[in-house]
Amino acid sequence: MTTENKSAEKKPKKSAENKSAGKESASLRATVTRWVGILEDRLNRSEQYRHLMPILKRELFSYFRSPVAYVFIVVFLMATTGAAWYLGDFFQSNEAGLEIFFFFHPWLYLFLIPAVGMRLWSEERRGGTIELLLTLPVSLLTAVLAKFLAAWLFVGVALFLTFPWVITVYVLGSPDLGVMVTGYLGSFLMAGAYLAVASFTSALTKNQVISFITSFMVCLLLVLLGWGVLGETLTSLFPVWLVDFITGMGFTTHFDGIRRGLVEFSDLVYFFSIITVLLLATVIVLENRKAN
Amino acid sequence: MIDVQDLVKTFGSHRAVDGVSFQVNRGEVLGFLGPNGAGKSTTMRVITGFLPPDGGTVRVGGHDVRSDSLRARELVGYLPESSPTYPEMTVEEFLRFMAEARGFLGADVSRRVDRVVEQTSLGDVRRQIIETLSKGYRQRTCLAQALIHDPPVLILDEPTDGLDPNQKHEVRDLIRAMSAEKTIILSTHILEEMEAVCTRAVVIAKGKIRLDGTPSQLAAQSRWHQAVTFLAAQDDGGKWKEPLQALKDVDSVAYRPAGAAGPAAYTVFPAKGAVIQHQVGEFLREKKIAIDQLFVERGRMDEVFRGVTVED
Repeated sequence: MTTENKSAEKKPKKSAENKSAGKESASLRATVTRWVGILEDRLNRSEQYRHLMPILKRELFSYFRSPVAYVFIVVFLMATTGAAWYLGDFFQSNEAGLEIFFFFHPWLYLFLIPAVGMRLWSEERRGGTIELLLTLPVSLLTAVLAKFLAAWLFVGVALFLTFPWVITVYVLGSPDLGVMVTGYLGSFLMAGAYLAVASFTSALTKNQVISFITSFMVCLLLVLLGWGVLGETLTSLFPVWLVDFITGMGFTTHFDGIRRGLVEFSDLVYFFSIITVLLLATVIVLENRKAN
Repeated sequence: MIDVQDLVKTFGSHRAVDGVSFQVNRGEVLGFLGPNGAGKSTTMRVITGFLPPDGGTVRVGGHDVRSDSLRARELVGYLPESSPTYPEMTVEEFLRFMAEARGFLGADVSRRVDRVVEQTSLGDVRRQIIETLSKGYRQRTCLAQALIHDPPVLILDEPTDGLDPNQKHEVRDLIRAMSAEKTIILSTHILEEMEAVCTRAVVIAKGKIRLDGTPSQLAAQSRWHQAVTFLAAQDDGGKWKEPLQALKDVDSVAYRPAGAAGPAAYTVFPAKGAVIQHQVGEFLREKKIAIDQLFVERGRMDEVFRGVTVED
């Protein structure tokens, strides 16, 4: 709000200067004004950042304070490794790459990510701490974002701990580093989308179990939409453009390319849109039903 | 400092707060009194910016809680009803977090934490995990976070609920000590607390204000206000009831025979607004009635409370 006011004040000054002084000094002034505006904007943003960081830190800290975090990390590592090893027959594939490893992520995240995200807002509601958090001089969006980022970072830590896979494939052959890096980034980005779903469902209820099941169902739907088998069935029933639209909404549709090292701009846009839309939905839900 | 105008808050079809208006100034301690579900907590939650009002305006320090919410919230320290905290943190970690989340940095945070730990006497449990603390300590930890930014406005929802008598006393002392330079609203069920710390009492029932005055004005509403009670030296079987009744300005007389509750006692109730201790004193002298004790009642808050909140 303050930036708006100030830039509004500055504009008439600038035009007045334009008439009296030469054009050069006017444009200099315009540049200075513009930079001051940008700087003010930065400061304003850091004002929110000042509130965001402590909330993020506390949230992340609370994960590691409880044994659940360590259990989760162990389960995460066992599930991702086990799936690639046994279901994916990693050894037999004779490929020095992580494609198989990443192949199972959309399915494993179905239960892993809601397990992380289910407590995001449910716990604040149940413990009543939501009243402390939302009476701080912090915008609701900042609070939602801070908690989401903390959970996302936590998943990032779990994902990072799968690095022995990278070492393994290096030992076994000569993998493409670029493909592995995009695989990791893609998996992380997709995890963010799952978490945004969990953030939204956890805002709906005090009950963590309900929160978990609901986000599992929503994520399952989003995975199935992009599932090849569903696509084939639909093609026999509906026109192609409709099928494309429906499958285009699915997680796997957008992850498959990234997993193979093909990053398309539309895939990035897809995941970031899912995150943005669901976090805004979280804000709206909390705004409307934080009391009950 | 706090200005509430025609506040309305509905939950579904239920009007939790229905046209409440009041102002509170610096130096005032306003006590909210009312049965459970009367709308006390809801009103407080609107003032703290937790719930948006459905109708009317609420301003804190001139900032509207809806359109200028963040500014208004900066001025308010809030102790919610259940005194929530993050149980997995230590007292110190929790208070540091609340200070940092309010935007304080570096050494300022430590200074503020030290101050509120001192104020709420949490020094002994500073490094303990909140989960392991007793209810009284948890309550005070939550009170400490409400004070961390030294706010000009304090909203305390049942600040002494669940505390033992000593702790209650301490919290009341703290509130009184702060009351001069702050604007305080607190809610309570305990009527003596109202008399002990509040400069103003507001009785609220079914979402509406029923009474707004000083605690003594509230007491004056009581049938017991200015009533005269004396303990008779001998149990005379209540034979003075009739003559006392006949005195000027006397509304009614109650007699309690000697028993487990104490010696025989008469209570003479005055007509509304009348002062009758002289008449009663004179009567006793005239009739040479021996008494052990005589006192003038101040008025009983719980009776006023019931009268105001139960009627309909």
